[in-house]
Amino acid sequence: MTARTAPSSTSRSLPLHQRIWRFAFGPSTRPAWMEKPSAPLAIAKTVVIATISLAVIVPMLVVVSTSFASGEQIRDAGGYVLFPTDPTLEAYRTIFSSPLVFRSLGVSVFVTAVGTLLALFVTICMAYALSRPVLGGKFMLMAIILTLFFSPGLIPMFLMIKQLGLLNSIWSLILPGAFAGFNFIVMRSFFMGIPTELTEAARIDGASDFRILRTVVLPLSKAVIAVIGLFYAVGFWNSFFNAMLYINDQTLWPVQMILRSYVIQGTSLTADQLGVQQAPPPQSIKMAVVVVALAPIVLVYPFLQKYFSKGVITGAIKG
Amino acid sequence: MLVLMIPGALALLLFFYIPIFGNVIAFQDYQPYYTISEAPFVGLTKFVELFQDDRFGLALRNTLIYAAFQLVLFFPLPILLALIVDSMMSQRLRKAFQSIVYLPHFLSWVLVIALFQQMLGGAGLINQAMVRSGLDPIPFMTNSDSFALLIVAEVAWKDAGWGMIIFLAALASIDQSLYESAASDGAGRFRRTWHITLPGMRPVIVLLLILNLGSILTVGFEQFILQRDAVGADTAEVLDTYSYYTGVIGGDWSIGAAAGLAKGIVGTILILLANKVAHLLGEDGIYRGRPQ
Repeated sequence: MTARTAPSSTSRSLPLHQRIWRFAFGPSTRPAWMEKPSAPLAIAKTVVIATISLAVIVPMLVVVSTSFASGEQIRDAGGYVLFPTDPTLEAYRTIFSSPLVFRSLGVSVFVTAVGTLLALFVTICMAYALSRPVLGGKFMLMAIILTLFFSPGLIPMFLMIKQLGLLNSIWSLILPGAFAGFNFIVMRSFFMGIPTELTEAARIDGASDFRILRTVVLPLSKAVIAVIGLFYAVGFWNSFFNAMLYINDQTLWPVQMILRSYVIQGTSLTADQLGVQQAPPPQSIKMAVVVVALAPIVLVYPFLQKYFSKGVITGAIKG
Repeated sequence: MLVLMIPGALALLLFFYIPIFGNVIAFQDYQPYYTISEAPFVGLTKFVELFQDDRFGLALRNTLIYAAFQLVLFFPLPILLALIVDSMMSQRLRKAFQSIVYLPHFLSWVLVIALFQQMLGGAGLINQAMVRSGLDPIPFMTNSDSFALLIVAEVAWKDAGWGMIIFLAALASIDQSLYESAASDGAGRFRRTWHITLPGMRPVIVLLLILNLGSILTVGFEQFILQRDAVGADTAEVLDTYSYYTGVIGGDWSIGAAAGLAKGIVGTILILLANKVAHLLGEDGIYRGRPQ
């Protein structure tokens, strides 16, 4: 984050433990004037950092490992396994052959894919329009900023969804999330950074607004579109409350609802819902359900992370 | 240009502005077989009923207690975390640590509670280990007396790392030469933190404190609804869940809407007040006092 310069010392002159440290963690960027921490302070800091890291990683690791463990090992270990000795995909085979879980995955994937595309379309159009001086732009901007500070409230939202006939429809999980004020602001401030010379040149050549957006602005904005798209996708994948409010029909449940009813509330999936005669021990199935909800997030996380470091988000917030 | 604004404007209208006006049912005796224009107006009757409802008092008290716990115990954590990260001299280690602590922010509440349950629940990892080593299990997840602490622990696990980003940005904007000259004047590590780092972060800290005070009536809806079965309805009842259970589940639509509206209005007043106080103390607050 900061432009600290590394002190100039060659690695040969360093004692062994410092050379190992440097190999593992890269060169230190301690400025020349800064004193080294005293030993107790350094130890305390290391312990704190290690504890925090483990507190985040261990729960996820235990759940993933247990989902791959065999039934006997889970029973012997008392419920949780850190190192599966005899890894098996049995739990995953079971949940993927369960109509309820499989359908919920379908619902979540559909909501996430369609929702993200729709939300990107709406947000890009609005952000581009408001990144240029336009009739009514100030008013519209104010109208959007208000959404950041207020919420209409749960009951009026419910009545609105009901009025639109969206109760028990998969669209009730998509449409209310199609426009997020925060994402709009990030997108707009990026578009405002695109030099007007580029868009004006295209305009003089006779390009329409839509064409300028498509051929000039979008190709320059791949990074911000990727990160906003990922934000929307994570939001849609994680959304649970809308489903709880608007969906009664179990066959339209997204994964998060299955996770809640099966893991948190401990309702067992019946043999019928699992679609098999004999189920493996419920513990590994529970863990597998958790992993299925967790995996997509962890998989896209490196991409999300890549764009934080580019400062797309923080730059926009500060600006 | 105007055409490009249509989809967004439609979304705002349908899922923000029209529902805002739907709050009018708080002043009506609304029943599902009415349309909103048919429902009879009853003035402030529903608000009177609301404030006489013991359940609402309970929800309000719980909300304030949980918000106070979060403010006192959670608010400093991202600041401390940012100071720790800022003191990490190895860029590689710092990046790795940041990657780890940002991750839980992207997990859903359902997932966070499920993970907590697997670790701290009655049959969870920690209690299993305690039973095996001859100790009595501790009901972390179901004890209503320590629920406030559990709430803070969950929020901290999920969002302390993410909350640190804004403080790191503030730290990065502090002029490094201040530290250097302070160090050459003999100021040690802690004096530099006290006299340079914390004053440098003050505007951001004040800003976030204001935002937190403004949202003191919103303590996290999903978190409470998900743990209602575990700790009991009396402990997990907050204003938002009250609105849901009274309106959507109980069928008292007007009272549910009145609760939501009262909460929204008080929240707005609080945020304006907090901002005023910040101005009086000479801080910028959310918006500057005078337009530039």
